[in-house]
Amino acid sequence: MATSAPELPYAKIREDLFRPLSGGSARYWITICAALSIVILGLVAWSIQVRDGMGVTGLNRPVFWGFYIVDFVFWIGISHAGTLISAILRLTDAAWRKPVTRAAEAITVFCLMIGGMFPIIHLGRSWLFYWLIPYPNPRLLWPNFRSPLLWDLVAILTYVTGSVIYLYLPLIPDMAQLGEHNVPWRRRLYRILSLGWTGSDREWHALERAMKLMACIILAIAVSVHTVVSWDFAMSIAPMWHSTIFGPYFVVGAIFSGIAALLLVMGTLRRALGLELYLTKHHFNNLSKLLLLMSLLWFYFTFAEYQTVWYGNEPSEMAVFASKIRGPYAPFFWTMVFCNFVVPFILLGIKKLRTITTAMIASVCVLIGMWLERYLIVAPTLGNPRMTSAAGVYVPTWIEFAITAATFSGMIVLYLLFSKLFPIIAVWEFKPHPVEEE
Amino acid sequence: MEHRWGMSIDLDRCTGCEACVVACHAENNLPVSSPEQAEKGRTAHWIRVDRYYEGEFPDVKVKYRPVLCQQCDNAPCEPVCPTYATYHNPEGLNVQVYNRCVGTFYCANNCPYTVRFFNWFAPEWPEPLQLQHNPDVAIRPAGVMEKCTFCVQRIHRGKRDAAEENRPLSDGEIQPACVQSCPAEAMAFGDLNDPESKVSKLAGSGRSTLLMGELGTKPKVFYLERAK
Repeated sequence: MATSAPELPYAKIREDLFRPLSGGSARYWITICAALSIVILGLVAWSIQVRDGMGVTGLNRPVFWGFYIVDFVFWIGISHAGTLISAILRLTDAAWRKPVTRAAEAITVFCLMIGGMFPIIHLGRSWLFYWLIPYPNPRLLWPNFRSPLLWDLVAILTYVTGSVIYLYLPLIPDMAQLGEHNVPWRRRLYRILSLGWTGSDREWHALERAMKLMACIILAIAVSVHTVVSWDFAMSIAPMWHSTIFGPYFVVGAIFSGIAALLLVMGTLRRALGLELYLTKHHFNNLSKLLLLMSLLWFYFTFAEYQTVWYGNEPSEMAVFASKIRGPYAPFFWTMVFCNFVVPFILLGIKKLRTITTAMIASVCVLIGMWLERYLIVAPTLGNPRMTSAAGVYVPTWIEFAITAATFSGMIVLYLLFSKLFPIIAVWEFKPHPVEEE
Repeated sequence: MEHRWGMSIDLDRCTGCEACVVACHAENNLPVSSPEQAEKGRTAHWIRVDRYYEGEFPDVKVKYRPVLCQQCDNAPCEPVCPTYATYHNPEGLNVQVYNRCVGTFYCANNCPYTVRFFNWFAPEWPEPLQLQHNPDVAIRPAGVMEKCTFCVQRIHRGKRDAAEENRPLSDGEIQPACVQSCPAEAMAFGDLNDPESKVSKLAGSGRSTLLMGELGTKPKVFYLERAK
């Protein structure tokens, strides 16, 4: 269980982890510019959609939900990386969690910011999105609290609030340190953000308790959020959406894709910031095992879901089932099974093959597979409605591709900016603790 | 007495001529799709005629089923709308308030009959079709959902006329455009709360069936078929 990091002298840790904050290599700026230009392309696509109407997308009757809802569920799913994993590790007091938690918590906040935009992007009249928010208005009308979309809004706003606090709390001691000696603008920024932290015993106690409490709260919120997201589908009467296991199925899928995203981000940071001493093979090994476990759980849920539909043999459900297994969506379906189950099972299940590189490969596969999973939930059901005369196929246009690509680039931009402003590993956690636990 | 509007469609009488479709377009200011959009299937027909074939060639029978909003009493589209754009009015109509609609598409996804239509672009009419707009029906902007209203504007006018003349509404006085234009007289419209109305009697006859009645949506459109 030995990790190399805690044995390093604290001064070196500080130096290593604060160094990436200053300056910036050419590679850094090239990446950020390239990512930003894709974000701008996405913004152009969106403005075209707002100006001309939703007709510029590939949405059509009967497939009224497409890439945007897929992206929404995907990003909200990845957001579970963070907070959920970091909260579990914090509550179980897993010693190896220290270099992992902040990277994970940051993923959560950024994914939620991105995922939360999609319900707005997909609206026919997106400029009126605030009509879903309950506020006293001249229309004298409350939103409809019976609608799962409203539950969604409440759940995601709660989750964003909770995860921002959860990211912020452990940042405070680091920001106080950064506020001591720094260039003027940074000193001002960190002084304000650290809320007058002095490092007294009382403050450490309060912080410790607040973080424990937030970890418990965020666990409950994270599980409920993805359950509510699944209810957008499960509460409807559409074939293969109206399923009782969608809640836990979505939560499992979310944690699964979340761990994959975390592994990918950790691997990239390790290489880019030279954190080989901190993000060790040990961390990747542990997270790989967790990813393997979630892969098996995901397979179990998927099998249970499809098996019951197939055995029940109900015509409207079977139309959707057939379009996935052997119909127009079959290539995506079998790619999904390959990426989500076969690859992680072989690469991570066989001990000899389990390395940092294979963990990264498996993570990329899982992310692709989980995006396809959401696509296979949204499109085939809508394309095969109960009225067979109304069946249709969904063919997305460049608008949807551009906006989807922009969100991935947006994630990169946000993460790059974050890594310049805040240490990506919580430095104070390596400090010999001034207060012992009672 | 409150009204409860319903419709019956006699499938043994329907010839599939689609006069109802044309009448509906004219009455309800339905936009005209461009050829490119129509090719993609982006057309709006609040009523459509589905065709079903029975038997093998050359001994084929064609059956027609006009499908419109079933004005369900237990409508799956209603609870899912976050802004109450689709709701149940006191006369049992499933109405769509265009101004409240923000375009979540949820209602259309949850409609088992797929009878809801979206305004993908701002509506257009090639000259001189815009001159025949019905002044009683709103033009829907881009980004909102729409569907059959049972010609609610005609219902309002019928009730107003009767009230002005201080007399009760008579059965068959109010006719949606599709019912009025049906040359085979396959369709009937009226008050289901009046046991003597034509539609009540037909709905209670042995030939009456519901489209996907097993879903429990309680449609108010009754399809009449010869009992097998």
